[in-house]
Amino acid sequence: MLLRTAWRRVAAALPAAQGPSLEAPTRGLRLRVADHAPQSAVPSDTATAPEMESVLRPLYMDVQATTPLDPRVLDAMLPYLVNYYGNPHSRTHAYGWESEAAVERARQQVASLIGADPREIIFTSGATESNNIAIKGVARFYRSRKKHLITSQTEHKCVLDSCRSLEAEGFQVTYLPVKKSGIIDLKRETHQLVASHICPRPGPGSEPATQELEAAIQPDTSLVSVMSVNNEIGVKQPISEIGRICSSRKVYFHTDAAQAVGKIPLDVNDMKIDLMSISGHKIYGPKGVGAIYIRRRPRVRVEALQSGGGQERGMRSGTVPTPLVVGLGAACEVAQQEMEYDHKRISKLAERLIQKIMKSLPDVVMNGDPHHHYPGCINLSFAYVEGESLLMALKDVALSSGSACTSASLEPSYVLRAIGTDEDLAHSSIRFGIGRFTTEEEVDYTVEKCIYHVKRLREMSPLWEMVQDGIDLKSIKWTQH
Amino acid sequence: MAASSRARVLDLYRAMLRESKQFSAYNYRTYAIRKIRDAFRENKNMKDPVEIQALVNKAKRDLEMIRRQVMASLKIGAFKLRNIEGPLMTSKHGHSSYCTLFFHTG
Repeated sequence: MLLRTAWRRVAAALPAAQGPSLEAPTRGLRLRVADHAPQSAVPSDTATAPEMESVLRPLYMDVQATTPLDPRVLDAMLPYLVNYYGNPHSRTHAYGWESEAAVERARQQVASLIGADPREIIFTSGATESNNIAIKGVARFYRSRKKHLITSQTEHKCVLDSCRSLEAEGFQVTYLPVKKSGIIDLKRETHQLVASHICPRPGPGSEPATQELEAAIQPDTSLVSVMSVNNEIGVKQPISEIGRICSSRKVYFHTDAAQAVGKIPLDVNDMKIDLMSISGHKIYGPKGVGAIYIRRRPRVRVEALQSGGGQERGMRSGTVPTPLVVGLGAACEVAQQEMEYDHKRISKLAERLIQKIMKSLPDVVMNGDPHHHYPGCINLSFAYVEGESLLMALKDVALSSGSACTSASLEPSYVLRAIGTDEDLAHSSIRFGIGRFTTEEEVDYTVEKCIYHVKRLREMSPLWEMVQDGIDLKSIKWTQH
Repeated sequence: MAASSRARVLDLYRAMLRESKQFSAYNYRTYAIRKIRDAFRENKNMKDPVEIQALVNKAKRDLEMIRRQVMASLKIGAFKLRNIEGPLMTSKHGHSSYCTLFFHTG
């Protein structure tokens, strides 16, 4: 009610008259004509949309990096950016009270998405901060009795880096290797040739055993951190099983659910999750906000990283950014309503993309388990094609190879290395992201261009010629001059 | 009573589609049109009048929201996507009227 009346006032105050829908086609026409002939005079009518670049933009297929704001989220945020600008911690006036009410409403929205109590949600600046709080906070609080942490080799850089900094403080960390499918090994199942940071236990024959989770838990382990959905290969870890193992061994379980929240159903009680990181800009919310879920029953104690006025139950001091938090709450509510519809659509589009590419191109490998997989993140390796050159060729589509955080360096992604991908295949991998707003046309266009350019690049490749002639590339002795 | 509410629902459907077609951004426009069609189709066999009223109220709120966001997008403007909306590309999603005007001047 409040929002609507406020908006009516704002709308009435808007300077330019918003004409009825009849005028829209001509406005749109003028815009297009302006695009087509940039030298002609720009229309001086201020009611038209401002001149956008006449350069057309690439299609966006990189939703794992970030997502566009859902219009419903922007709609929820605008009043708090324009009118309700109070500090939620001001206790003495209406500006503060209404801002605080909005923050609490958002907290409830986030909590209901994951099956938590609103008192268990702390707002942060993003999933990176949430991961830092979870890992460093829990480790440091229990440091007197527990000195060991467990995580996996395919985690996000912020988790791995937090663990590394804890190692410098004297903690011991086990980086569990993953199977070729990308999934964590829960029990001693198979033996694999995968490099591990920990000395492999000797097994039958010369192959080292994979380190499995249950065996890695020691009496002094305080925390296990495994991400729910991997941002590079889209693999879904068996969260329920890991939760069960951790709770039976009285170890806290943290999951980085930045890519999973709002996309697959998550319940912190069913899955026995003790800590969870949530990111706003991965679920069609604003950038710069996230949340951490910290269980209250049984209470998980966390040492605060950020000191200050004791906001957010003392766990994260600092003014809570009301508009961003309202946006996060709205994004979570929308995600809860749209989860099934989006999942069905995205699965269909992903199936379409994979089928079309696999049908037209030989020697394409999908990285990551095809079954325990979130459909919207597809990582394909095109053999005998260099990934960078394929990305450059696909200039009309915004794609990435490897995650945005590591794209500055030239080395192949550590995630692909952890699942045992060959060096050359790791360099030829591209990640396709399909999201709520992706259309069938965009997928078809991407597939068409991808097939065209892969064929073209392979034609130019001498390696491909040799393969066509039946030469086994691995048998070649490359001479050194 | 049933006939007028049916007419009301259809009016709402048409109004929402008409409004959504004005989104400047391709992705928002296509999403809104698709979602409106799918959501109305999914609920077309709803019988309970209380539930129907709840859905109609929600649709009215969503229509207001679409109007506001369309207004915002017309003011702010939006990019056109290469090869999906660029010159000589038509979209299946209901703004063929724009395209015919475009071709006439193009």
